[in-house]
Amino acid sequence: MYRTYVVKHAQKSARVPVRAFSSLNNQLKAWSEIPLAPPDKILGISEAYVADANTNKINLGVGAYRDNTGKPIIFPSVKKAEQVLLELEKEKEYTGITGSKKFQNAVKNFVFNNSNKDPNGKQLIDSGRIVTAQTISGTGSLRVIGDFLNRFYTNKKILVPKPTWANHVAVFKDAGLTPEFYAYYETSKNDLDFENLKKSLTSQDDGSIVLLHACCHNPTGMDLTVEQWDEVLQIIQDKGFFPLIDMAYQGFASGNPYKDINLIRRINELVAQDKIKSYALCQSFAKNMGLYGERTGSISIITESADASKAIESQLKKLIRPIYSSPPIHGSKIVEIIFDEQYNLLESWLSDLDKVVGRLNTVRSKLYENLDKTNYNWDHLLKQRGMFVYTGLSSEQVIELREKYSVYATEDGRFSISGINDNNVKYLADAINAVVNK
Amino acid sequence: MSYFAGIKELPPDPLFGLKARFVADPRSDKVDLGIGAYRDNSGKPWILPAVRLAEAQLVKSPTYNHEYLSISGFEPFLNTASKVILGENSKALKEKRVVSQQSLSGTGALHVAGVFLKEFYTGEKTIYLSKPTWANHQQIFNTIGFKVDSYPYWNNDTKSLDLNGFLSTIKSAPSGSIFLLHACAHNPTGLDPTQEQWKQILKELDAKKHLVLFDSAYQGFASGDLDKDAFSIRYAIDENVLSTPVIICQSFAKNCGMYGERVGAIHVIPSPEANEPLNRAVKSQLNKIIRSEISNPPAYGSKIVSTILNDRALRQQWEADLVTMSSRIIKMRHKLQDLLVELGTPGTWDHIVNQTGMFSFTGLTPEMVARLEKTHGVYLVSSGRASVAGLNDGNVEKVAKAFDEVVRFYSKPKL
Repeated sequence: MYRTYVVKHAQKSARVPVRAFSSLNNQLKAWSEIPLAPPDKILGISEAYVADANTNKINLGVGAYRDNTGKPIIFPSVKKAEQVLLELEKEKEYTGITGSKKFQNAVKNFVFNNSNKDPNGKQLIDSGRIVTAQTISGTGSLRVIGDFLNRFYTNKKILVPKPTWANHVAVFKDAGLTPEFYAYYETSKNDLDFENLKKSLTSQDDGSIVLLHACCHNPTGMDLTVEQWDEVLQIIQDKGFFPLIDMAYQGFASGNPYKDINLIRRINELVAQDKIKSYALCQSFAKNMGLYGERTGSISIITESADASKAIESQLKKLIRPIYSSPPIHGSKIVEIIFDEQYNLLESWLSDLDKVVGRLNTVRSKLYENLDKTNYNWDHLLKQRGMFVYTGLSSEQVIELREKYSVYATEDGRFSISGINDNNVKYLADAINAVVNK
Repeated sequence: MSYFAGIKELPPDPLFGLKARFVADPRSDKVDLGIGAYRDNSGKPWILPAVRLAEAQLVKSPTYNHEYLSISGFEPFLNTASKVILGENSKALKEKRVVSQQSLSGTGALHVAGVFLKEFYTGEKTIYLSKPTWANHQQIFNTIGFKVDSYPYWNNDTKSLDLNGFLSTIKSAPSGSIFLLHACAHNPTGLDPTQEQWKQILKELDAKKHLVLFDSAYQGFASGDLDKDAFSIRYAIDENVLSTPVIICQSFAKNCGMYGERVGAIHVIPSPEANEPLNRAVKSQLNKIIRSEISNPPAYGSKIVSTILNDRALRQQWEADLVTMSSRIIKMRHKLQDLLVELGTPGTWDHIVNQTGMFSFTGLTPEMVARLEKTHGVYLVSSGRASVAGLNDGNVEKVAKAFDEVVRFYSKPKL
């Protein structure tokens, strides 16, 4: 009885020790004081969506691709790779603590060598200055680098854009770092706030860690231009920041993954010139191969020397071994097959990805066309890139959309546009118009 | 300024180093008894027929996709995995006392258990591990910030369980400490308590209100029988032997041969009576840990295991596969023992057949192990732990002769 009482109350406040009720031993008492953790916001929206009986309901919460009929897809190239795997797989042994060499090399070649388009990256690979480890997709790579930096980097402060992906802050905090925001976006203008971005970075402590979204900034969809990146990279050099790049949406800006890594190429150039000594990159195949649930991604650390690489790799292994021993193989084997020339799947993957991004861009324009622009400027929609539109709608408006129109999105006004298709775009635009023009 | 100037290169993981030396060894008759993964009678890795069938079925299924699982994992997997370990008719499951969370196999389950206990357990933050135990146990809990201690387990003189030592540590440990128990097929010794011994051990654990953490990495692999291998856990829970919370870390790495797919679960039984709000609180906190470490667990392996467990024919196939693996290993234990007896190798070798699971704790000394590797090309870890799964009809005689030679080489005549 007493435990029910305690937990009910714990939901409202923090931990509530109620000694008077504990007639058993210390240990049971301790367990009765476990508070309910707040539910994940995005998950809560999906659950409410599922429970809604309105046949016009639209789910704009989840960050996974849907086709024009609203269904999840498996990339045809991934399907073929899976068929190859089904026929040829001989074992399901443990892969290495940091994944297989084949996977690591595929990632290095894809991202840093840019498939022979980045001589600086190639030089870094050849001189042994890149350590790559397979991780539990993007979150896992962020957590591993967070733990690593907490262990070995002197500065614990990590600067993240405001706004950023909700989980960034939780991941870094739990890794023992101290996240702090830098200015990124001006909500009243629905635009990047570049002047304040620079100012807020410049005012920070030298040597801080700075998190950069490589492309398709989540949630705003608003990226820096080449020139703006150069200015930021100059601040990074001046302040001796450690750059940590999160690249979850490679390919979703242009439709071509090789074109979306301007930032990586530029930073490799600076490393080649010895202007930046070291940085880290978190990368995932969740979105650009549609391997979401298979948890396939990587962390790469660009080091100062081949010797430093060896030491860092051994420490990464030491860090990962007691957390999960080794990463899951299904997704990484699919990636290996797609990048393995003998199966000829690279081109078809690139074309699959281009189609996915093409549909998102079509939907984005269609939504724009259908929106009423007389009282509200929607031009920012066309500047944004990736899986989301950052509408600028207030949380009250988002809630009204949900309650009156069964349109489900997070309260920051981020819409996952893959939930939009030819059949519901008009309904959605009408609902938004009604809410905005109220 | 150098960014990570203080970083030192660490020596490789001992098992990894062993594997590297084995691969580099040019001798064609070399034998790998290091790795903890099943090999068939031709020495090859084996994908279970049940797994092959489930994969073909799953990938063809119209509902197959690569979407994110929920933070808790794949519900059909969790629902049946908990029945595998606790039993089809588990009272705890019927009373809804079990909170399950999918994990990155056994290590992931142990790690999440550790992080959870670190935050919410206000009893003694000392965890007792068997001596010896799986090498990673110590690191898992040390890293999280637990004090790690040990209880006596293996008596090297008698090559049997040191029950008195075990029980006296249970009694002398501060009340409310954490005890990690290997549910079956103890790693590395292969020596399990008898059912009567388990009853004694669990009774003493409860008397001191210690928290019990079961590590179940080999269910079905030891005897070939899932129920038999779950005795310790089911006895503890069904008979309400433990009035304290119980945590079970379950892995399908070995018993499904799904090593690299990382399929496992953590099951928490927070209290001996149903307590829905407490369960929800526990589940929400496990979710929170998972969310900031990996977001959600990997899908594929859990879907394969779930396909097997939820299909009558595949389940039967899997249970037959378990018998195939365990009986081959048992056969090899007997063969090795017979050969050593035949050769008149000094010492007794009964323990090889009395031990169970993947490993045999041979009792060979580190110097004997070194000579095995150097002179004979037979590789095992320096503790003398041999992976019996590495033996087959083609190499067991060679291994027996090699054991015989190194034992004789180091047996000093008492003259």
